[in-house]
Amino acid sequence: MTEAPIIEIRGLKKVYRAGEVDVQALRGIDLDVGRGEFLAIVGPSGSGKSTLFHILGGLTPPTSGTIHINGRDVMQMTEAGRTAMRRDSVGFVFQKYNLLPTLSAADNIEMARHISGKSGQAPDPWFQDVLKLLGLSDRLHHKPRALSGGEQQRVAIARAIVNHPAILLADEPTGNLDTENSNLVLGILRDLNDRLGQTILMITHNPEAAEYAHRIVRMRDGRIV
Amino acid sequence: MENLKHRPVRTLLSSAAIGVQVCMILTLVGVSRGMLTDMANRTRGGGADIIIRAPGSAIIGFSTNFSANVLPVVQKMDHVDLATGVLVQPIGGIDSITGIDLDRFSAMSGGFRYLEGAPWTGTQEIVVDEVWAKTKKIKAGDTQNLLNTNWRVAGVVEAGKLSRVFAPLSLLQDLSANTGKLTAIYVKLDDKAHLEPVIAALKDRLTDYRIYSIDEFSSLFSVDNIPMLRQFISVIIGLGLLIGFLVVFLSMYTAVLERTREIGILKALGASPGFIVGILLRETALLALVGSAIGILFTYGTRLLITTLVPNMTQVIVPDWWPIATVIAIVGAMIGAVYPGLKAARQDAIEALSYD
Ligand SMILES: Nc1ncnc2c1ncn2[C@@H]1O[C@H](COP(=O)(O)OP(=O)(O)OP(=O)(O)O)[C@@H](O)[C@H]1O
Ligand SMILES: [Mg+2]
Repeated sequence: MTEAPIIEIRGLKKVYRAGEVDVQALRGIDLDVGRGEFLAIVGPSGSGKSTLFHILGGLTPPTSGTIHINGRDVMQMTEAGRTAMRRDSVGFVFQKYNLLPTLSAADNIEMARHISGKSGQAPDPWFQDVLKLLGLSDRLHHKPRALSGGEQQRVAIARAIVNHPAILLADEPTGNLDTENSNLVLGILRDLNDRLGQTILMITHNPEAAEYAHRIVRMRDGRIV
Repeated sequence: MENLKHRPVRTLLSSAAIGVQVCMILTLVGVSRGMLTDMANRTRGGGADIIIRAPGSAIIGFSTNFSANVLPVVQKMDHVDLATGVLVQPIGGIDSITGIDLDRFSAMSGGFRYLEGAPWTGTQEIVVDEVWAKTKKIKAGDTQNLLNTNWRVAGVVEAGKLSRVFAPLSLLQDLSANTGKLTAIYVKLDDKAHLEPVIAALKDRLTDYRIYSIDEFSSLFSVDNIPMLRQFISVIIGLGLLIGFLVVFLSMYTAVLERTREIGILKALGASPGFIVGILLRETALLALVGSAIGILFTYGTRLLITTLVPNMTQVIVPDWWPIATVIAIVGAMIGAVYPGLKAARQDAIEALSYD
């Protein structure tokens, strides 16, 4: 690949202070992710996978090292700059769906547009394709509690990509789903990547899920192995 | 806004609490103004053009009595058609009994209209107005004990003429150890055109006496001229601010704690601290506005309550104070939202999202 990577991580370390003890969550990560790549990150519990995502999303600062997203140094950004990056360039999908419980599925998606100042504008045709791809059209006016786990996760994916993020970070998106719904969600992620060129990083415990990705990165004890 | 609908009981209670403080302010102002307007109207209803009071008398409340020898002096002045003296004795609460010379007072005021009974003929008799009769639940022929004396209620008259309770002047003077004393002299002129010169002449003759035209005197019945009332209203406004602050502080603080996870989600979606605080402030403003509307509605209730339970008190609805009370509610509420807002803005998204 001659094109510059969309994500470039060098020597990334993260130490959490938990009371008296220091927890070394990341011990020096180097990783490049190409534009349009679908990457799976696997590794045992506590190996630092979520921590890596949180740093990528600017939710917590690293202890040392550098990250560039789209060529921009995340650590050089102001807090407002990182907020704007989350808003415009990063989409999160979590294991626990994390939909806003008081809003309908459609309003959950609209909220992401509202935050990015796009509410009121007509959704672009690309997003209509996405909704079709997610198979959600007839469930959009339900509240999250009226939706199945698989449906909730598909709404969460729609919400994460409605603003065309440069990267989609999915932290165990199938962790709470049965096999059938897992396959559905994973198929959707692959379609998003195949047809729409969405760059995706996905954390998973499940080797079968990892098979959907182009490339698998393994972590252990805060390192890529 | 969704949060407010999501917790209807808390939203309603918070708005109602804000409503109570708004109602408190509006009722206090409404009662003050109602009573003052009522007093001013009754003063005008006496039919006089000029009032003379003792040196050093306050507009409302405290007043000293003076010698009835002044009366003939006034009566002899040019253009004075009629001068009549009254003695006012407080009988507890906001009420007082006014001693009058019935014939002269009737001549000045146009006479009482009797709804029940008739003018007094003997002594130990009083005439009361319909409002007082209703307040005390009495009718003509009943006995009332005032100033340690049993009075027969000779008549019940239409309200609006100076006082609510009247007794024969000389009797009241003797009873209250004020023989030969008056609280005020009311003067009626042969022609109102002479008002200014007569007042000037009276001031010349009766140095230091408080002499006003009735219009001027009744216009002085305002909140500013009642000792302590303005301060009292300020205290109630301060209390209102405090209540608004506490209610919103508690309500919004709880809402922020409850919504830790939602705030984390919004942050992960790229919401800025300003966006999150904005949601909170909009909800707070809505609480304050709904609370103010409730408070305004409540004042119609308090007015009904007051007119039924205490007919001799008057409460008016004060629309010019609605915006003031609303602003007070909003200010209190906004101050209450500051700390919860800061807490929400500083919320750690990761911690929020890892909530189980
Ligand atoms: N806020 C924190 N404070 C202290 N220690 C933390 C914090 N967050 C994570 N850790 C620690 O950092 C290490 C890495 O955690 P992380 O959540 O990144 O692991 P993970 O690979 O996502 O695990 P899992 O598969 O269970 O989700 C763990 O030892 C964890 O206990
Ligand atoms: Mg994790």
